Amino acid sequence: MESLIVSIYVFTLAVFIGFELITKVPPLLHTPLMSGSNAISGITVVGALLAANANNWKLSTILGVLAIAFAMINVIGGFMVTDRMLGMFKKDKKTEKGA
Amino acid sequence: MIYLEQFTYLLASALFIIGLKYLGSAKTARKGNQYAMVAMAIAIIITLVISGVAGPIQIIVGMVVGGLIGGIAAKRVEMTEMPQMVALFNGFGGVASTLVAFSEYLEPTTIPVTLDVNITLILSLFIGTVTLTGSLIAFAKLQGIMPGRPIVLPVHQIINLVLIIGVVAFGAMYIMNPDVPMWPLLIIAAAAIFGITFVIPIGGADMPVVIALLNSYSGLAASATGFVLSNNVLIIAGALVGASGLILTQLMCEAMNRSLFNVLFGAVGTDDSTGEAGAGGGEQKTVTRYTAEDAAMIMDTVQSVIIVPGYGLAVAQAQHVLHEMGELLTARGIDVKYAIHPVAGRMPGHMNVLLAEANVPYDVLYEMDDINDEFQNTDVALIIGANDVVNPSARTKKDSPLYGMPILNVDYARTVMFVKRSMGAGFAGEANPLFFDDKTMMVFGDAKAVVTGLVKSLKEEE
Repeated sequence: MESLIVSIYVFTLAVFIGFELITKVPPLLHTPLMSGSNAISGITVVGALLAANANNWKLSTILGVLAIAFAMINVIGGFMVTDRMLGMFKKDKKTEKGA
Repeated sequence: MIYLEQFTYLLASALFIIGLKYLGSAKTARKGNQYAMVAMAIAIIITLVISGVAGPIQIIVGMVVGGLIGGIAAKRVEMTEMPQMVALFNGFGGVASTLVAFSEYLEPTTIPVTLDVNITLILSLFIGTVTLTGSLIAFAKLQGIMPGRPIVLPVHQIINLVLIIGVVAFGAMYIMNPDVPMWPLLIIAAAAIFGITFVIPIGGADMPVVIALLNSYSGLAASATGFVLSNNVLIIAGALVGASGLILTQLMCEAMNRSLFNVLFGAVGTDDSTGEAGAGGGEQKTVTRYTAEDAAMIMDTVQSVIIVPGYGLAVAQAQHVLHEMGELLTARGIDVKYAIHPVAGRMPGHMNVLLAEANVPYDVLYEMDDINDEFQNTDVALIIGANDVVNPSARTKKDSPLYGMPILNVDYARTVMFVKRSMGAGFAGEANPLFFDDKTMMVFGDAKAVVTGLVKSLKEEE
């Protein structure tokens, strides 16, 4: 139970930080924010790595390996597509010179 | 060694937070994404090293296969397809959580399994599975595999209620008999059906809200898995994504003046086309038709133009030629701005990405609240492939489904130009009185063909 209480603490504080940070993201960046969130929710890969860590082919290991693959699609795909998108956002050359 | 692991996870969590902070500004966003990448790499590497999991070959295979699929998808996806991709990725996040939770059920890390682990395990299985099947439906609707119109079953809400009661009941049975795998499997089955019945009654036009909500769920699923494993980096990263998705959901609802409840259970909307379906309903009034050449001639005399792009623009793939037109107008000394409604496009911020891809600089893209006061001093409001978001009925007509929705004040501009395929009403099925206004020019045709014609005429004049 004690670890559950700690987890709830951590979760609640993280939600508050999340609200505080995301409210400041302008609509311009909402799509990259969502694809970036896809990548971040791929953090489940950490749990998947632990689940797949066995020198056997029990069902639990196989499920872990599948979870690794799915989470890694999110991690790699999410970060790469976000970077690709953000690379497209350019400031006006004229105003840049003027500034 | 446990301390090293914990401190490294803490470092990763901090980097995720800093990354998200940098994502909040266009100048630093790319750097923010890179911070998050580093955070993820650190979390993965420390797990591999400390837990000694680098050994088994299946782990490497899983990582490489997943990474390759993700990488190829990221390189190939068209920007118009981003909503589908995000929807699908939400689902992958969900299924990963379900798989990890079920694996943990089969081979618990700590024995005996305590009550709180079992409760969080149920949550993890439930949220992960709902996210998976819900996202697959959202993906199918966006991709056109399934019709975008709402599908409402008889006694739909009762089915949902029964499924939820089922999950609670199976959960209780599971806690009493943790050794019977039938109970967690039944939880997964009920959650899978619930994910489907949850999303099918939601219309294509409301998909931006649903993707944002499922984005939030995919984060919560990761958090729930973190609770099961008592792993703080999962809890924190998942909570950040959960909060992010929830805020975007709220913003989308506000932009449509609908409650989340209404979006989820209202079954509003007809299909997911560009909102041009259905004729305006026996209109007797006449509109003035113009050609692209006429429109180009008007541009000779103006000093300021605000372009209002809608999803019809993206469907016609007219972004690039629109940018060319914007450049031509700017070269003549005309002040060109773009006004972006929050629900333009098929996901939050989608229109901005589509225009950025066409090399439109982001500092000429304006949010609704920042530009709405400027229309009254603007010569031409050029609306391309949008309708509901500029329909003045939203201000005045109390019985309209659009009533109360914040709109772009295009009707305050001196001249209003619509580029549309037909007279059709928007998603909301509400006729737009602005079409019949004296200062309105209707240019009918495919957005790309019309804008190309405009560009051609503008060039000839030079």
